[in-house]
Amino acid sequence: MKISNRQVDGVSIVDCSGRITLGEGSVTLRDTVRELLSKGRKKILLNLGEVNYIDSSGIGELVSAFTTVRNQGGELKLLNLTKKVHDLLQITKLYTVFDVKDDEAAAVKSFN
Amino acid sequence: MRFPARGNEDGWIRFGVGKLIHKIFAMTKQRVSYTLDSTLETVDNAEQTATRIAAEAGFEEDEVMQISMAVREAAINAVLHGNAYDPGKKVRLDFESTARDLVITIADQGKGLDVSKIPDPLAPENILKTSGRGIFLIRSFMDEVHIHPSHEGTEIKLIKHVHGPTVGGKEASP
Repeated sequence: MKISNRQVDGVSIVDCSGRITLGEGSVTLRDTVRELLSKGRKKILLNLGEVNYIDSSGIGELVSAFTTVRNQGGELKLLNLTKKVHDLLQITKLYTVFDVKDDEAAAVKSFN
Repeated sequence: MRFPARGNEDGWIRFGVGKLIHKIFAMTKQRVSYTLDSTLETVDNAEQTATRIAAEAGFEEDEVMQISMAVREAAINAVLHGNAYDPGKKVRLDFESTARDLVITIADQGKGLDVSKIPDPLAPENILKTSGRGIFLIRSFMDEVHIHPSHEGTEIKLIKHVHGPTVGGKEASP
């Protein structure tokens, strides 16, 4: 899994690509979110447009990131779900838990 | 759970520990068995092998993905929760492909899964838990799931019907 982040109008956009699975992307994602929070960046938009595979550990990591950010008074939203990730979040009923966006500019504005 | 050594009989073959070598049997009924270490590499190998065998069995792309994800989740359970990464414990992975079904069996040598203690991940009190979705996903993706825990380990059998679920399954074929 490859991950990078950029700042747009006070929102940290985390671009993820590849797999979020046990032993592959889960730890990377966790470390990235923790690092952003440690810098006081509490508006986080996870861009999953290039994430082509996620397993139960990856789903757990998304939930963990969501609750961790929320518990620190921030917000974490999801952007550009692939069909596979979308379907998994539907099956697990997490689609309605997360704030899911499909337009980056609108997503950034929604934080303010 | 003891994994008996098997020879090249009745379509069975036993590979060395940790090796994933595939063999295609020129038979109507194809069967292959692997004995694997309790490592993360096993989880990835199990998923990749399931993807290949499901594709060879003629399943469509979406079904191949479902099968490979179910096998990955079962392998995670076996390696992490069953054998707890114990290098002295192995995971057995069997594939049996017939004209009707693909049957995949994953067995570990752990303490045995207590099925009654598997939480419902869709329950409101569990929806934000960070774990506990593996068995649920397996059941969502496969037509039949049979879990056989014992004091020698847990064996989980995953079945995908070649032409969609049969009567009595989650959905009836048209």
